Amino acid sequence: MSEQKNKQARGVTDVVLGLMRDDNAKFSPLAAFTGIILLVGTVLTVLRFTQGLGAVTNLTNTHPWGMWIGFDLMCGVALAAGGYTTSAACYLFGMKKYHSAVRPAILTAFLGYAMVVVSLLYDVGRPDRLVLAYPFIVQQGTTSLLFEVGLCVLLYLTVLFLEFTPIPLEWLGLRKARNIAVKLTLTLTIFGVVLSTLHQSSLGALFLIAPSKLHPLWYSPYLGVFFFVSSIAAGLSMVIFESMLSHKKLRHRMGKAYLEEHPPLILGYAKAASLVLFGYFMVKVVGVSAGDNWYLLLTPYGIWFLVELLGFVALPCFLFAVGSRNKDPGLIKFTAVLTIIGIVLNRLNISMIAFNWHLPLDERYIPSWMEITLSVYMVTCLILAFRFIATRMPVFDEHPDFKGQH
Amino acid sequence: MDNTIHTLQDFMLHTESNTYILMGIYLVCMIGFWIFLTQKDEDQD
Amino acid sequence: MAISRRNFLGWMGAAGLSASLVGKQAHAASTKEFAGHPGSYGVLHDITRCVGCRSCEEACNTVNKLPKPAKPYTDESVLNKKRKLTTTEYTIVNKSVQEGSPIFIKTQCNHCLEPACASVCFVNAFQKLPNGAVVYDASVCVGCRYCMIACPFEVPTYEYDAPYTPEVVKCTLCAPLLEKGLLPGCVESCPTESLLFGKRDDLLKIARARIEKFPSRYVDHIYGEQEMGGTSWLYLSGVPFKDIGMREDLGNTPAPKLTSGALHLIPMVVSLWPVFLAGMYGMTKRRNTIADEEKAKAVAIAIEQTENKAAEILSQAMEKAKKEKENVSKRVERARENRVKKALEHSSSTNSDEGA
Repeated sequence: MSEQKNKQARGVTDVVLGLMRDDNAKFSPLAAFTGIILLVGTVLTVLRFTQGLGAVTNLTNTHPWGMWIGFDLMCGVALAAGGYTTSAACYLFGMKKYHSAVRPAILTAFLGYAMVVVSLLYDVGRPDRLVLAYPFIVQQGTTSLLFEVGLCVLLYLTVLFLEFTPIPLEWLGLRKARNIAVKLTLTLTIFGVVLSTLHQSSLGALFLIAPSKLHPLWYSPYLGVFFFVSSIAAGLSMVIFESMLSHKKLRHRMGKAYLEEHPPLILGYAKAASLVLFGYFMVKVVGVSAGDNWYLLLTPYGIWFLVELLGFVALPCFLFAVGSRNKDPGLIKFTAVLTIIGIVLNRLNISMIAFNWHLPLDERYIPSWMEITLSVYMVTCLILAFRFIATRMPVFDEHPDFKGQH
Repeated sequence: MDNTIHTLQDFMLHTESNTYILMGIYLVCMIGFWIFLTQKDEDQD
Repeated sequence: MAISRRNFLGWMGAAGLSASLVGKQAHAASTKEFAGHPGSYGVLHDITRCVGCRSCEEACNTVNKLPKPAKPYTDESVLNKKRKLTTTEYTIVNKSVQEGSPIFIKTQCNHCLEPACASVCFVNAFQKLPNGAVVYDASVCVGCRYCMIACPFEVPTYEYDAPYTPEVVKCTLCAPLLEKGLLPGCVESCPTESLLFGKRDDLLKIARARIEKFPSRYVDHIYGEQEMGGTSWLYLSGVPFKDIGMREDLGNTPAPKLTSGALHLIPMVVSLWPVFLAGMYGMTKRRNTIADEEKAKAVAIAIEQTENKAAEILSQAMEKAKKEKENVSKRVERARENRVKKALEHSSSTNSDEGA
């Protein structure tokens, strides 16, 4: 009896030792690079919060949104879409064989959204008021799509946190709390999909207000649909990509279930991503047609648009199909990276490159090295947090005390 | 004070605010309704 | 057409909801078209009358207590370079040379009838006042700068260099002065009546009359009458507006209409997506249950069949055993009979031998 209790509630010393365990003791160039990024990033953080946005960014009155919105927010949210796609596939659409992929995907999404929120604190002029939730508590600007994005991101971060809690609770051996958290799975999954649908699409719809600033090839009344559909492809590709990285670095943590389900999962995801990209290609073409913007395709911006559409939508669609037909994990992994680059390119095009295209070149925005470094800093922190959690807690494997219980 | 809406912006602010309140209430009700709907299912897990 | 403003409440106002929803429903108009605040003010900027003296810039600077610029307002060299609005310059006069002669254009917030900045502000910091001014409330601003993305005229500016309390900055149409019954600083200071303050409806009539009276002097277009659903600032020009840096490709759609479609989809997703997803879940679960049941049935049948077969084999074996047993006993019988027969035959032959 007492032995079992011991097993359930892990000793405090165990937990502390686990937290302190250093699995990166070896010196490597990568570790050195990480260290430098963390150091410089911290210095720049101090600079940002003591000297203001002007001291670290190249933002201007005509380009009020830069790297931290275009990359950290737009790409961060899109690439964290693996969370809702995987949990929906597993719990709602009956793809039980993807069960072992849910936890890594949820963890990635949770950390991704946390990173997005932290980045927003850097970006807004009054982070104190964002922390105090001014838009929701003090005065509600409900006609703004940003209000909706903010509300959904806030709620979805909470949902992801709750979906994530079984992992640390199992690790800590808190059986009762963990069982309550697991009971909420269905509700949380449905809420997660609803909230994701809303804010993924609204991120695109943010630009609906500026038809005179965004290039017509990218501006479309369908912007919301484009963002939502492409986020599914991004989420699926990220799960493939992230499993590929984890296999290299965290294989020792992977349980039998994960390793067995992994190859069919990659094939299934590639097939799904291929199908989604096929549809996405069509809606993008419909966007061009609806605006009758064919004549713009042969301008420099049009060529750039075609590079995005053919090179990073049509091509990955085809390669994913070939990869899943031939059961070729190498090709699938390559294509996942290609798709991710394509989504990043699309978000950067809409928020930065094709935005304010009517302005002369010397009035255009190019991010400062400090903005880029802080974005890299955010991603580095995210990867470190992922590693920290995945090497210690039951993410890729089942906790021995909770086998087959979810 | 003038009690009349003259701009589309003010009108939408008004209707959207109501919509958000309705959506909040709906989602809470949805959970309750789902429980009511499936409470007597034999294959409850 | 205008409809009554009903008092809307914050999130938790469940008690107030009924009042909010029902309110003064009777006054609601059947067509939701809005013409803006009746009798609101505006300014007509007749570009053909502007001489580029920059008195308006100076007055704006004084009225708003802004820091003095490095070069005095009388220094005309400033006009040689195209300038943009800044956090310390709410209005700017730019020079454009058309066919050898200079044209001067004043720029400031156009005070849209349906402001894009107000539409996109997620703390509702911008407001179109009944007097026509679009004003900004710095006390709620979070500093997301979406207003600057949205504004088609690139008007709002941001204090990027203020470390702790940066604000959005733009022309206020001197709303505080209007309240006191005074003119906006720039209009007050204009020596050539290039700026004319009045009710927007009157200004439109005046502008039309000028175009009609001097058709060769003006292009037949009042900039701001329709642009982005109409603005409180109106412009008359002698040359096409696009030639002097004013965009004519903005369209006439009021800003809130640009996002209303996306906004109206939100409650549809919230209402129907959970229904669809819960349905999917139910179907998946049912399918799994049926699959489980069928599996169980198949197993039961298999077990039954095996059992039957076993029973059959057993009974066959029993039958066989029984038959064998019978055969054995028959054989035994026959053997005995044979033996008896033989014995009898033997004895009879012996008897016959004896008898011979």
